[in-house]
Amino acid sequence: MDDLYRENILDHYKHPRNFGKLIKKNAQASDNLVSCGDELGLELLLKNDRVSEVKFHGQGCAISVAAASMLTETIKAKKISDLQRLNRDDILRLLGISLTPTRLKCALLSLEILHKALKNYGIQSHR
Amino acid sequence: MFIPQRIKADFPIFKNQPQLIYLDSAASSFKPQPVLDKLNEYYTNYSVNIFRGIYKLSEKATAEYEGTRVKVAQFIGARRSEEVIFTRNTTESINLVMYAWGMPTVKKGDEIITTIMEHHANFVTWQQLCKITGARLKIVKLRTDYTLDIDDLLSKITPRTKLVAFTHVSNVLGTINPVKALIKQIKTKNPQCLILIDGAQAIPHLPVNVDELGADFYAFSSHKMLGPTGVGVLWGRYELLDKMSPFQYGGEMIRAVYKDRSEFQPSPHKFEAGTPDIAGVIGLGAAIDYLTHLGMDAVRAHEQEIVAYGLEQLAKVKSLQLIGPTDPKIRGGVLTFTIDKIHAHDIAQILDSNNICIRSGHHCAMPLHIELGLVSTARASVHVFTTKRDIDALVSALHKVVKTFA
Repeated sequence: MDDLYRENILDHYKHPRNFGKLIKKNAQASDNLVSCGDELGLELLLKNDRVSEVKFHGQGCAISVAAASMLTETIKAKKISDLQRLNRDDILRLLGISLTPTRLKCALLSLEILHKALKNYGIQSHR
Repeated sequence: MFIPQRIKADFPIFKNQPQLIYLDSAASSFKPQPVLDKLNEYYTNYSVNIFRGIYKLSEKATAEYEGTRVKVAQFIGARRSEEVIFTRNTTESINLVMYAWGMPTVKKGDEIITTIMEHHANFVTWQQLCKITGARLKIVKLRTDYTLDIDDLLSKITPRTKLVAFTHVSNVLGTINPVKALIKQIKTKNPQCLILIDGAQAIPHLPVNVDELGADFYAFSSHKMLGPTGVGVLWGRYELLDKMSPFQYGGEMIRAVYKDRSEFQPSPHKFEAGTPDIAGVIGLGAAIDYLTHLGMDAVRAHEQEIVAYGLEQLAKVKSLQLIGPTDPKIRGGVLTFTIDKIHAHDIAQILDSNNICIRSGHHCAMPLHIELGLVSTARASVHVFTTKRDIDALVSALHKVVKTFA
């Protein structure tokens, strides 16, 4: 299980990519895991059917923050249609670890928020 | 002599998992062999319902079940065994008081007092009763040393106060409240108000005498005191229980039933509708025997020593903040802490990979965590089998946690 705290996960936790807020944005959402105290928000600027800008903010455990950081890296410049299909397996592939059911919630928090943000923008996801 | 290493040998889970370091007894404790033997004895030798049969097996099961009631009464210093009601857990014990006493008694304009250090069981229950009845919920604050603000508590008592509900020992802070002195002061200000004590974290670890404390209700669980899961206890003063109506209806609690009315048994049976967890109750009897044999004064002395050692050792871990009173004399068996920039779940996860079980999160005390400005905390808790070596293993694993995140 120490495996969970691989260097790349710790690196993303300590130095989260795309961390902060956007000045110009047209899609956003946030969510939390009350039992953990994790709270993340995601902001997107969608332009020409693609992710032009993305940032996330908030606080969480190493797994939820690293997953969010990796997710933002992955979706930058991606087509919206690719985002709609992102699912749990994609996140686990990004993290490169297997997780117990309790920690899976942490890993998937940012993905849930992304789909929520797309929904707020008027795009339904097909997972 | 109290030798935890020898006590450990009584707990078969340590034989099956010799590497295991269990520091989550505040959530649920392990069970010693005599408790498991007792459960097995019931299921193997007289596994029948109580109060029903004329046959010998049923008489035996009933005698064991009611015998445990007497043991509980003696263990907690109750005047009579009819004051001991078996429930599912502490939560149900508190809810029993809410439904059987609170619902018919508490009216709009009345006041109920609880504290910010409560477990949700002794907080949400009263919050909801107030919502339903229109009564007012008053919440007592903490002092900066993590003890209850007694001045604040006393200032909240008015002639409209119907109930003061507070914990004996905080499951997060470890704070041992001066229950006896507090009750005396509360009753001086308002002799009519009732007092309910959540004893879930006290009964397994300290000598408790409910009669001397002067409380009206006292609630606790079997599974934290080395007994089986599925059993809790509500103790209440007999005069109060006698006046209260049943909380649930059905079998076992009836004296007579007609088409248009029913007559109920006296306490405690009127509060124990349906077939109870017979094996669990009988198993609790064996847990009480086990604790009594160790002696609750010795149990407390041992745990105080471990907690004092733990506080001292944990203070050496870099960027670790201990939460709760620093004086082990007023601190129960919990060591709660945070480490800068490391989420409690990550701490617990790395400890788990070192075979160390601790709890992380808000420990069913969200209002307290919000009050303290903490999202989550890590908690190591001790019991009769906890050794200084367990604490050393915890501390050394925490050094690894800090190093991993450095």
